[in-house]
Amino acid sequence: MTVNPDLQKERDSATFESTELTFMLDRGADRTRRRRYIQSLALQDPDLNEVDHRFLTRDELYSSIVRRSVIIARKLKELNLTDLNDQLIYKGSALRGEGSIFAIHDLMLIPMLQSQATEKQRKKWLPMALNYDIIGTYLQTELAHGTFVRGLETTATYDPATEEFVINSPTLTSTKWWPGFLGKSVNFAVLMAQLHSKGKKYGIHSFLVPLRRFDNHQPLPGITLGDIGPKFGSAGNDNGFCRFDHVRIPRENMLSKYAKIDSDGTYHPPISDKIVYGAMVLTRVGMVAMAAGGLASGCTIAIRYSAVRRQTELTPGGIEPQILDYQSQQLKLFPQLATALALKFAARNIRDRCDQIQDDIKAGNVSTLQELHGLSSGMKAFSSLAANNGIETLRLGCGGHGYSEASGFPSLYSTVTVLVTAEGEYTVMILQCARYLVKCIAKAAGGEILPTSIAYLTEKPELKCPAKTPEDVLNLEILSNAYKHRAYRLVTEAGQQLQSLVKSGKPQHVAWNESHMYLVQATEAHCHYYTVMNFVNSIKTLEMSDSLRSVLTSLCQLYALYGIDQHAGQFAQDGYMTGQQLSMATSQIASLLTTIRPNAVNVVDAFDYPDELLKSELGRYDGNVYENMYKWAKDSPLNKTEVHDSYKYLKPMLQSKM
Amino acid sequence: MNPDIQKERERATFTAEQLTYVLDGGRHKTKKRRLMEKIIFHDPDLQCPDHSFLSKNESFNAATKHSIMMEKKIQKHKIKSDEDKAMFRMIASRRKDTISLPVHHLMFRPTIVGQGTEEQQRKWLPLIDNMTVIGTYAQTELGHGTFIRGLETTATFDPKTDEFVLHSPTLTSMKWWPGNLAFQSNHAIVIAQLYTKGQCHGIQPFMVQLRSLEDYRPLPGVTVGDIGPKMANNGYCNGFLKLDNVRIPRENMLMKYAKVERDGTYIKPQSMKLAYGSMVLLRVAFTKTAAEALASACTIAVRYSAVRRQTEQTPGGVEPQILDYQSQQYKLFPALAAAYAFYFASESLNNIYQQIQQEIKTGNIASMTPLHVISSGLKAFSSDVMNCGIETCRLSCGGHGYSHASGLPGLYGRATALCTVEGVNTVLYLQVAGYLMKCASMAASGQTLPDLVAYISKPPEQQWSVRNGTDIMNQAVSAYEHRAQRLVVAAAQSLQGEMTAGKAQHEAWNNSHIALIKAAKAHTHYFVVKCFVNFVRSKDLITPDNVKSVLETLCKLYVCYGIHENAGDFMQDGYISGEQIALVTNQISGLLATIRPNAVALVDAFDFKDEILGSVLGCYDGNVYQKMYEWAKQSPLNKDEVHESYYKYLKPMLQANKSKL
Repeated sequence: MTVNPDLQKERDSATFESTELTFMLDRGADRTRRRRYIQSLALQDPDLNEVDHRFLTRDELYSSIVRRSVIIARKLKELNLTDLNDQLIYKGSALRGEGSIFAIHDLMLIPMLQSQATEKQRKKWLPMALNYDIIGTYLQTELAHGTFVRGLETTATYDPATEEFVINSPTLTSTKWWPGFLGKSVNFAVLMAQLHSKGKKYGIHSFLVPLRRFDNHQPLPGITLGDIGPKFGSAGNDNGFCRFDHVRIPRENMLSKYAKIDSDGTYHPPISDKIVYGAMVLTRVGMVAMAAGGLASGCTIAIRYSAVRRQTELTPGGIEPQILDYQSQQLKLFPQLATALALKFAARNIRDRCDQIQDDIKAGNVSTLQELHGLSSGMKAFSSLAANNGIETLRLGCGGHGYSEASGFPSLYSTVTVLVTAEGEYTVMILQCARYLVKCIAKAAGGEILPTSIAYLTEKPELKCPAKTPEDVLNLEILSNAYKHRAYRLVTEAGQQLQSLVKSGKPQHVAWNESHMYLVQATEAHCHYYTVMNFVNSIKTLEMSDSLRSVLTSLCQLYALYGIDQHAGQFAQDGYMTGQQLSMATSQIASLLTTIRPNAVNVVDAFDYPDELLKSELGRYDGNVYENMYKWAKDSPLNKTEVHDSYKYLKPMLQSKM
Repeated sequence: MNPDIQKERERATFTAEQLTYVLDGGRHKTKKRRLMEKIIFHDPDLQCPDHSFLSKNESFNAATKHSIMMEKKIQKHKIKSDEDKAMFRMIASRRKDTISLPVHHLMFRPTIVGQGTEEQQRKWLPLIDNMTVIGTYAQTELGHGTFIRGLETTATFDPKTDEFVLHSPTLTSMKWWPGNLAFQSNHAIVIAQLYTKGQCHGIQPFMVQLRSLEDYRPLPGVTVGDIGPKMANNGYCNGFLKLDNVRIPRENMLMKYAKVERDGTYIKPQSMKLAYGSMVLLRVAFTKTAAEALASACTIAVRYSAVRRQTEQTPGGVEPQILDYQSQQYKLFPALAAAYAFYFASESLNNIYQQIQQEIKTGNIASMTPLHVISSGLKAFSSDVMNCGIETCRLSCGGHGYSHASGLPGLYGRATALCTVEGVNTVLYLQVAGYLMKCASMAASGQTLPDLVAYISKPPEQQWSVRNGTDIMNQAVSAYEHRAQRLVVAAAQSLQGEMTAGKAQHEAWNNSHIALIKAAKAHTHYFVVKCFVNFVRSKDLITPDNVKSVLETLCKLYVCYGIHENAGDFMQDGYISGEQIALVTNQISGLLATIRPNAVALVDAFDFKDEILGSVLGCYDGNVYQKMYEWAKQSPLNKDEVHESYYKYLKPMLQANKSKL
């Protein structure tokens, strides 16, 4: 491979080994090797070779996803890949980042059968699910109902005469809407519906419902199914709609490990809903890692391209510098690079806590679950928005070429932006975390001890930032404390705002609503503090060479200082930071950009995305950007003929005047 | 009509219609626009398919067909003035993918008017106007964008044959991105480095024929094609162009300014300053486009938020409209205020431009540069704010915003191009900063500055005098003025500091980018605030009073939100105190509540017809869910109950599995 000389020079002049960082991010060299091996199995398999997704129509892309999903299911067995992580890597590589039509089947249906079905139900359905005799999805959201699950309208009414449930969509707005792969692919679903029995309503429960005939895939009687139409991205996913017109299913099809219905219709409520909680938390924790990964991909593309692209002579007649040399370009790219790393470390920390808490739960201790629930809601929101905005900054940093699908950015963005609204919309998640924080303040006031991640809310706050010299504002302790102070102040003030509205006689829910602005700001500050503190701790505690530590330290400093510069008012409002300290912070940002500059390419190399998964002509490892942009453009289906079809419209007009 | 949205309209404190007149610049203009809309939307020949259901190829075909039909109709309706033609095209294309020849109309023809000699205009304009010659403007290259002097394409004069030889010497010199270039244009204005008598004279425009008018094949030496799919705008093909020693007659160089004589002698152009004028207008147009795009997004998100209900607030209570949530208002209303701000800023800029045109006639060109500079800043600033604003609106619609049914992904995909076309925003900010630095040093040496930048030399105020909420509007402009002044001075000091430390000019400049861009943004932000405040306070422009008072509230939100978001800038030198910031923040929550009952009327006033908005979520009657269902049913994947991929791939798997059981 001939590497673009500019890019090669970047790699040669870096001050640390990028593989060291790769191993650290993968949590060990052996795991890096394993990941690369699994990726190569999928990427080099001729059965899974694929034309460029970017040139396919939606119909072609969908068909190709179905084809490969089926092949993947077979290959996983042939290769005997049983480890869940291996499977995820394999699938992701084989589908070049698109979702398999079995994704929700694997990630939701099977776990739900495992965790919420009775022994008898498991025996019946699990083998069929594992064998893909049934292919399922998860039906929750409706046309007019998303986040607020209790507002769902679909009903499951028990009929003791036949021992069946009657599933019905009573209104247009109750139409199930959005579930993945529902439109055309699946034949089965777990359905969330309002349970009615003996004339009473018992809230949301889950039911197993066949949707299509198993022999010819036609929708079953009473079921209307379809694709919800094209979207921003995820073109290969036939997100669907589904309506039920009094469809009957047997009583045994209600998932009954917890809640139950007797044959006469008597209802037995579940003991605790904490278990369902647990699954949601896991999903959100996974999304923090996805946000970090998405942003890291964006950094890889934009930084490599900025090392290759040259523009605007600095001195008359001089050579045009790499755009990576411009301070303004560095200011777009490096804070995002720092954010990607900060989020990667955050994802790792939350994952570790999650594993630990699961052990706690198994041991019967659910108290830490609340903490994790608060943190995962907040961080899911915080990380997804950071990635969302960051990717667009990076794309725009590539100028016009970022707008072309050749860059990979349009599809990366449309994939990552889903994280902001899916599985709990941004503001709803932030406010859930806020509710937890406010509760904690009240508990702390009552003398209770708070869990570690929020214990700072009971500490005596530092009144003035102690930084005196420019070196002081690089001190990680000082930086972390500044974020602590800001979070402390904003959370406390939001709590006071809420209190004062309640005291002034407003009902609780009105006061809550009228404090949204403050609550959102406070929670964002809380998540920001968590991210900074955890980044600082990771650098302190993880084992690494001095050369790597120094690079990561610069990035951590930049992450913290950039946030201070962006939210300067919040650090200064109560006099915690002075104008002079803020000026020092700003000028240190400028020097950190220069410090990070020589290692930028090496850091993104460490993310170790193969070209096939990056899908970007701008971000290629070899940096041969222009050759490949031209090659790619020539492959555009419109270029099949020199004179396009549409000439048939031009011709009459042109000739009428000649 | 959805009852929730009906109620919103009934309880507004003003009539949306009257604000529409203000935005259009008079009732007669509104009437004229609506008449044209009526003609177009009722014409069966000018209906267009929903492009989100089409493949790129289908979309391109449909758009080409539609564009040709538009031209036929323009002739048929005998629409004569350029302005009316542009309006007709804009409406007929629904401002969307359906427009397919914008570069021909908006750049190719104007370049010939602006840079061609009279003789050249006589030759080409009739051919262009009757669409015999369809053209594009080919400037950017694969390896070269913003920095025009870096273009590599050459035009070498050959005195033997009296021709120019146009050539793409390298891969990176290939023309890349020009709109309409791939398949539609048979001519192009190619920007190339002029060489004559062995010397390079910089870039000049040349008219080059690309395709045969007989069979439309590319001419010998011309390689042309589509650059591939993009984020949006796929009904509009951007192209690449490689020229292999293509010869054109000497007359094909546009010679209004620079000239090449028969023997190859090069004659330098006179001043280029006057050519600024068309750039100013283009950027005013961009600012208006940014305002409209943001206004469209607000229309969709605000109407949908009035229809969508979510989450009971009290157990068993009715789920409120999401527009009632303060957090939702905090996302939407600042964006709405910004959309209005940019409407008025582009309007003001236009007025200043007309004024300055008068000055220029009397030979006074002093104001030309600051005007050009503020137009660059405004293009960058408005598109930046628009870009974030549209995405905020889209995300505020939750999952449904992700569907093309919302119209928002398409809107964003098209509008975001504004941030990078015609000067990447960062480059524009740095141009603005360059001028501001000049002004700062002029001010330091006691020279007087033109009006638009005169504030730089004022003695700075020490303290913002606001004591309560009612003071804010009176002190709004001075706050933004102070911030701009401080940041301009800070950038100048940073530059000076670097130079004193021994850095070369260009290094000092590069090391001060952060400060320079901050200064440029603050300067532009100040201009926008000033325009908005002046506009809502000018008695004659806005009637009646209830419209004025709604706009004042919106303006106050714009002012407060900007201070809140950039609090550090205002506080750093102690100009605004922590208590004042707290006051401003507190005002915002009050303003959101005040705007709330007028939100739907405020977006109705933009008067985007459903045909133009192209959004199921934002439809005027608010019947969102019925329309989403109808829309989804049209998805091409729903053609058959069972998709063909089932027979090809799924069925064999399912059957093989079964046989194993």
